[in-house]
Amino acid sequence: MPSLDRDESLTADLPPWFVALAQEGRQRYDALPLPTRRDEAWRFASLKKIDLTPFGPAAPLDAAAQEALVARSRGLEKVAGRMVFANDRLASREILSETLRQQGVIWKPLEAALVDHPELFRKHFMAHGAELGSQKLAALHQAEVRSGTFLYVPRGVTIDLPIEVFHWLSGENGSTFPHTLLIAEANSKVTLVDYFLATDPQAAGLAIGVNDLYLADGAQLNYVCVQEWSRKALAFQINNTIVAGNATAKSLNLNLGGSYARTESLSKLTGEGARSDMLSVTVADGEQEFDQRTLQDHLAPGAYSDLLYKNALDDRARTIFAGLIKVGPGAHRTDAYQKVRNLMLSDDAEANSAPGLEILADDVRCSHGATAGQIESEELFYLLARGIAKKQAQRLIVNGFLQEAIDRLGEPEIAALLATRVDAKFSEHARAVQG
Amino acid sequence: MAEAVSQIDIDRSIGDFSYPEQHEFDAGIGLSADTIHYIADVKGEPDWIREFRLKALSTFESKPMPTHWATEDLNAINFDKIRYYLANAQRPTRSWDDVPEDVKKTFERLGIPEQERKFLAGVEAQFDSEAVYSNIKKAVGDQGVIFVGSTEGLIKHPEIFRKWFGKVIPTGDNKFSALNSAVFSGGSFIYVPPGVKVKHPLQAYFRINAENFGQFERTLIIADEGSEVMYMEGCTAPKFETATLHSAVVELVALKGAKIQYVTVQNWSSNVFNLVTKRAIAHEEAEVKWIDCNIGSRLTMKYPGVVLKGRKARGEVISIALASNGQHQDTGAKMIHAADETTSNIVSKSISVGSGRATYRGLVHVPKHLKGCKNNTECDALLINASSRTDTYPAVTVRGTGNTTQHEASVSQVSAEQIFYMQQRGLSEAQAMSLSVNGFVNDLVREFPMEYSVELKRLIDLEMEGSVG
Repeated sequence: MPSLDRDESLTADLPPWFVALAQEGRQRYDALPLPTRRDEAWRFASLKKIDLTPFGPAAPLDAAAQEALVARSRGLEKVAGRMVFANDRLASREILSETLRQQGVIWKPLEAALVDHPELFRKHFMAHGAELGSQKLAALHQAEVRSGTFLYVPRGVTIDLPIEVFHWLSGENGSTFPHTLLIAEANSKVTLVDYFLATDPQAAGLAIGVNDLYLADGAQLNYVCVQEWSRKALAFQINNTIVAGNATAKSLNLNLGGSYARTESLSKLTGEGARSDMLSVTVADGEQEFDQRTLQDHLAPGAYSDLLYKNALDDRARTIFAGLIKVGPGAHRTDAYQKVRNLMLSDDAEANSAPGLEILADDVRCSHGATAGQIESEELFYLLARGIAKKQAQRLIVNGFLQEAIDRLGEPEIAALLATRVDAKFSEHARAVQG
Repeated sequence: MAEAVSQIDIDRSIGDFSYPEQHEFDAGIGLSADTIHYIADVKGEPDWIREFRLKALSTFESKPMPTHWATEDLNAINFDKIRYYLANAQRPTRSWDDVPEDVKKTFERLGIPEQERKFLAGVEAQFDSEAVYSNIKKAVGDQGVIFVGSTEGLIKHPEIFRKWFGKVIPTGDNKFSALNSAVFSGGSFIYVPPGVKVKHPLQAYFRINAENFGQFERTLIIADEGSEVMYMEGCTAPKFETATLHSAVVELVALKGAKIQYVTVQNWSSNVFNLVTKRAIAHEEAEVKWIDCNIGSRLTMKYPGVVLKGRKARGEVISIALASNGQHQDTGAKMIHAADETTSNIVSKSISVGSGRATYRGLVHVPKHLKGCKNNTECDALLINASSRTDTYPAVTVRGTGNTTQHEASVSQVSAEQIFYMQQRGLSEAQAMSLSVNGFVNDLVREFPMEYSVELKRLIDLEMEGSVG
């Protein structure tokens, strides 16, 4: 991609160490090669779709435009707080819960946090790189990241209501680098929902996001990402979740947008009793390609991980799932599960599944499964026999298929929101087919 | 590690035996165009084969080692230190009496009773590069079945041989199929005429008997319309100080309605690199079944495949792998669905002992607008020790509606309770372990022909013998 030189005023306030980090990222980005066919980490991917050359910096929006986006940033009914970013610039921050203020929770935009809490920031910011293939893109993120969320939840603090963060990308061929750095100290509890949105659903754009999520002993995190970039976006998301002993991380990615959207999710289980639930729901249609890579990295004995990915594929869409359960030496008494299910709705759709296991320990319980199938005619017949129109019946079945993963989150309000977003995409698709 | 060694200590001297070497033709060490000319001259091959070999050599040289997905251990192979061709001038013989004593001794050691040998339809035993012994039961010959060495096949039956040779597995399929195409010798050529059902299994034993000597068999089996044949191969090899390379290519063609079963029991000694390419084409309503058991070798890489080319064709891979200390069994299966209503089934069971590593690698492909295709894959891994390793790397691509694929894999271990329970009933720990392992693979062992399932159980017992305590 062409140089993303931004206006000087943006980098002028940044501390020198951060500027050095950005420069180092840029050098690494320049030095690293683009993925090739021979890279196992990019197997099945349509590499020709990965062309960064058209993209440049996204222009800042004027106050009125920002206001309009803030008004459009509505997710859940009840939240503890809400931040809105437009083209990587903070547009709004609303703190609605007293808990956040009183109990020492730090919740700031990234650019403020790196000035106010450099120690904490430097310790965790991109500490785990990109282990699942996107090193080059992570380097670009490091070079270009200017904003995002920093959330620190002190020991024992529970934030009852979810926190929401909206990232908007506006304009043609713009790029965005959302970042979430979350530290949940021992026995704390928090739910965070990220929304990735585009002002124009047909504008081309580039999004390279990175999440660093840290759970100390006994912490609990629910993390949800609603990905609705434009249908022409090239999107990469790198999620690193580090789960200490007895901590519980639950994540769900709802993948709806993008022309080529790749998500790399790593869960590192570093302590006994750690638990990670990795969920994903993907609705792919048109020419969309969703490329999901996962690693359940068991480094400690007695940890648990469970992955369930569900894909519904229509038109000429493609999905890729390549996942690995890695049980390191000494990670005895591991329980690890992995399941990907593809529902094929069209004769031109293509599902690729590569679920993997690497077991170097003893006394483990591991299983994985991958299936591809279609709507069973018996199921459809049952609904038709009850007077439900065919199109409606199919939609019900697909919704039911996806619902299993959504319900696993155990958050009814969020589940309802996700179901609405899925349904909106189906409606949009139905209109497109008719029109 | 120390614990693993003390618990599972496999006696590799089983199968470690060798005989004086008497090689009359020797292409020397290393690989070049001269080696190819030497082999072609000695074997008196037609020019088209010489050309084929030379072309394959350049393909081999141009292809990189597949270490971007395969183990780095492949880099331990030194291609310049391998003998690529060697024969002791023994032309294939027809009667049992002509077989040299050494070779008979090998059979003895493998425990094949005299009676059983006679019972077997034909024996193709390979001593170094050349088929030394080729006995086709008279009845089989009368049915019009051709069962000869690959060289004899290409010289005497070019009209059938040339049509299929290198068509199922092209030279450039991978680095090692290219190597085999350049220097192949030995192996079998079988043609079964339409409608002929070969009652008795055709059988071949292979042995390596020279230091640094690689074997490059080339087997081509064609089952014409409506015919049926079962082929069995098994191998043991003596142990040597330096690594030995074994790189075979096996091509099967099952024409309309034909059935082929290919059975392998692989028990090379633990210094052998066993890098084999095996693939079948199944035409309409044909059935191909690979039954594969890997016990020996340092590294085995073998993924038998079936290209399901005709409607209602069926492919199956039944696989057992036992990876002991220092061994890596990297095995799997490939199922390429290329016609409607084709079905495939893969069942793989592996056991990792001590520092052994068992890997399953699979490929299932349902491309284009096919209907009614089904694949079922099951992989089960058993881990015996804390230092044992198992991996599963399947890849499934499905396009369109109307097809069903499912892949399932699980990893488990012999539970301490199980062993304790059996010990309470008077079994030693080793016996209990052996029983558990045999129980784990029992349903697959039964898929093997009777002679092999007996031999297999014995091999597993031998491998587990003294492995505990």
